[in-house]
Amino acid sequence: MDIRRIDAEATVEERDAIDALLGPPRSAWDGGPRTNLRDAHVAMVGGHESRAMRHMLLPAFHALQRRVGWISQGGLGYVCDRLNVPPADAWGVATFYALLATSPRPKRVVHVCDDIACKCNGADELTAALEESVGPAYSHDSAPSATSSDIETRTSVWIRSPCLGMCDQAPAAYLTEAGEHPHEQSIGHITAEGVRALLEGASPAAPSRTTVRQDPSSLRLLRRVGRVDPSSLDAYRASGGFAALEKARAMGPEAIIAEVTASRLMGRGGAAFPTGRKWDAVRTQPATPHYLVCNADESEPGTFKDRVLMEEDPFAIVEAMAIAALATGCDKAFMYIRGEYPLAAERMQHAIDASRAQGLLPRFDIEIRRGAGAYICGEETAIFESIEGGRGEPRNKPPFPVQVGLFGKPTVVNNVETLANVPLILLDGAAAFAAVGSAQSTGTRLFCLSGNVQYPGVYEAPFGITLRSLIEMAGGLNAGRTLRAVLLGGAAGTFVRPDELDLRLTHEDTRAAGTTLGSGVVMAVDDTIDLRGLVTRIAAFFRDESCGQCVPCRVGTIRQEEALHRIAADGAGNRRSTELALLDEVGAAMKDASICGLGQTAYSAIESAIKRLHLYDAGATR
Amino acid sequence: MSARAVELLIDGRTVTAPEGSTILSACTAAGVTIPTLCFLETLKPVNVCRLCVVELEGARVLAPSCSRVVEPGMTVHTRSPRVMLARKLVLELLASSVDLSTAPGMADLLNEYGCQPERFGPAAATVGQPTKIDNDLYVRDYGKCILCYKCVEACGPDHQNTFAIAVAGRGFGAHISTEFDVHLPDSACVYCGNCIAVCPTGALMASREYELRKSGAWDESQQTTTDTICPYCGVGCTLTLHVQDGEIVKATSPLDNTITMGNLCIKGRFGWRFVETRPRD
Repeated sequence: MDIRRIDAEATVEERDAIDALLGPPRSAWDGGPRTNLRDAHVAMVGGHESRAMRHMLLPAFHALQRRVGWISQGGLGYVCDRLNVPPADAWGVATFYALLATSPRPKRVVHVCDDIACKCNGADELTAALEESVGPAYSHDSAPSATSSDIETRTSVWIRSPCLGMCDQAPAAYLTEAGEHPHEQSIGHITAEGVRALLEGASPAAPSRTTVRQDPSSLRLLRRVGRVDPSSLDAYRASGGFAALEKARAMGPEAIIAEVTASRLMGRGGAAFPTGRKWDAVRTQPATPHYLVCNADESEPGTFKDRVLMEEDPFAIVEAMAIAALATGCDKAFMYIRGEYPLAAERMQHAIDASRAQGLLPRFDIEIRRGAGAYICGEETAIFESIEGGRGEPRNKPPFPVQVGLFGKPTVVNNVETLANVPLILLDGAAAFAAVGSAQSTGTRLFCLSGNVQYPGVYEAPFGITLRSLIEMAGGLNAGRTLRAVLLGGAAGTFVRPDELDLRLTHEDTRAAGTTLGSGVVMAVDDTIDLRGLVTRIAAFFRDESCGQCVPCRVGTIRQEEALHRIAADGAGNRRSTELALLDEVGAAMKDASICGLGQTAYSAIESAIKRLHLYDAGATR
Repeated sequence: MSARAVELLIDGRTVTAPEGSTILSACTAAGVTIPTLCFLETLKPVNVCRLCVVELEGARVLAPSCSRVVEPGMTVHTRSPRVMLARKLVLELLASSVDLSTAPGMADLLNEYGCQPERFGPAAATVGQPTKIDNDLYVRDYGKCILCYKCVEACGPDHQNTFAIAVAGRGFGAHISTEFDVHLPDSACVYCGNCIAVCPTGALMASREYELRKSGAWDESQQTTTDTICPYCGVGCTLTLHVQDGEIVKATSPLDNTITMGNLCIKGRFGWRFVETRPRD
């Protein structure tokens, strides 16, 4: 492949940022200066060798953005030289990810969440106040109209963001600052004054630890949260850590998988696939190597359980990954953490490094990869594309990841919470694990309580707990408020009515009731909230996050949002039935003909608002 | 060694197809017509348009027939209500957002599936945008682009290995682009025109055709085609010359030609004006 490079040159800062990641170029063949005469006739670095580094494309973009705040022509060109990637191809990747800026942008950016859980907690008022006091949110579309001198003189901007996974501290923001000493931090309970202070250069207070309100003796997955120092390997070991890995090594792959299969553990990411079956399918694949991918791209609006686990019990995830790798024959794992989780990434990296330094991870390598603002990358095949350095476009299945996954090899993809269960299963035995919960949904589950409950947070409960008990556990609603709806399972889940609170939260009960546990989202919505506004925000979320690959989802999600806007504008309700019929047809096509789960579930919550909540019936408003 | 035969049921008929072949090819062999947009026999299926979906008994969602491989005992429905609704919506969603006026066969398809794209309202978002004319050889009108990925495949790994264009942006904003949207002459483009050859909607068009269409002179019913051999080099690509009113108006190569697979280079595709006897201006 002969690459035609971009004329623009990278700045010294940009080169340094890339070289710090990839090491210095070895010759003019991979981006170095033309000083060595031998370079003129001897290819010092082969194209194959460079292209094998393609998976470093997204990390390279992150490095550029962290250093200078955006991906410039020169910067992109240098990355292309280093990795032998065609510039158009690299441009396609850079423009796919929402966190990457492809036009000049001030170095300090405050991402303000205006998604559903934050909307229930004053995000609309917050963003309105910001618009009033500091001007409209920055967007790439508005960039060309702003003069370049304007961009140069501004040191900071605020932009709107989808769910930041900080719903227990809504409304939330996420600060990124590029430069020699880049900084990024999630900030909970943000106010308009707080955002203004950040824009003026204030440093946010250090993040506080997550605490759990539940009785510690009842906890399993959350037992260390808020109690055991997440940065101390010794503290982790003192609390029983790495005993499961030791036991696993004595058991061997077959016995581990037999135990996990007997526990009937099912995936906690949303699809609820039996973990033991997945592991066995990968273990028995003849093709090598096998890869383990820990899916920590937790981006489902209203979900923050994996963040809490990674921030508060990172060694447990490392241990669980080591067990999963042992069982499935992997010596390399990628942990894909969403870009908006800086603290989780930092703590996980520390836990990996500390475990490795103590010799606890022989012949096993875990590499952290950061997402860059794309919900779709949590899809199990889009995550491969993203790790491999591509646009996060889901693959068609079959073939399934257990056969053809990351780099075309057999791959096991597990969610963070799923993995967190594994050490418990090995230590206590499958029978003890399966004794908790229901017959088909075993163990405990992490539920993300958010919205209008008194004490939002992650709660651990056995499968089978009722929705009512769970909401009571979170302190119920604020005094004097009445419940209008609960969003179960996230934006890809469904709304349920206040008269359905006796629903037992198991896979089988929710399926029978026509809803889903999804990623464990339980978002309560009270009577102060514009419910139709939430539904429209969900539609906007899917329109924003569709990868654009297939027609039903690419165009369907925007048509769905347009129809909801038309209903909102149609005061008399004359077109209501026409619009609802249209929504139903678009929804059916998305559900049936989209490539992946995003399009297939993009109508789910909206459909439930129409058919379950009767939110758009004649006479209903808001 | 020939592939083993797989037996499956298509619309109630027992059909045999070679192991490893797709449902689409099994259907085509059995005389069952399935509409396609992003599929082309010379390109790797990307299964993105979702027009070729079929219903498989026991499957939760519809399957793209262009890429799903046949399995023994598969029961396929190619015109079930679910399939027909999905296809109708795919066509309506495209027709409501893209200018399909120069897409061959599209009017018939919209008619066949009873499409009413106007029901999405006059304010429905479209990909409409100014036509890009930045070089002498071809015109890019992305208001007509259905994002079938064919041009990207032809420019990139499947044929040309030039990689001048890629899909950029995402969601409804996804589009075909050079790096930083630079003009084609500033990109890696080598003007082979193989992207034009695979474009199913006329979003990519040779300048000659574009000008003739603009002036109203383009008339395919008045065109004849003549196969000949490209005179430029020793490869000897088959050229199909499209002639209208005694003048060459377009050069293509047959898709089923084993040498070219429909591809040409800049000389074969555009270098035929020397044949014309018009005086230089």
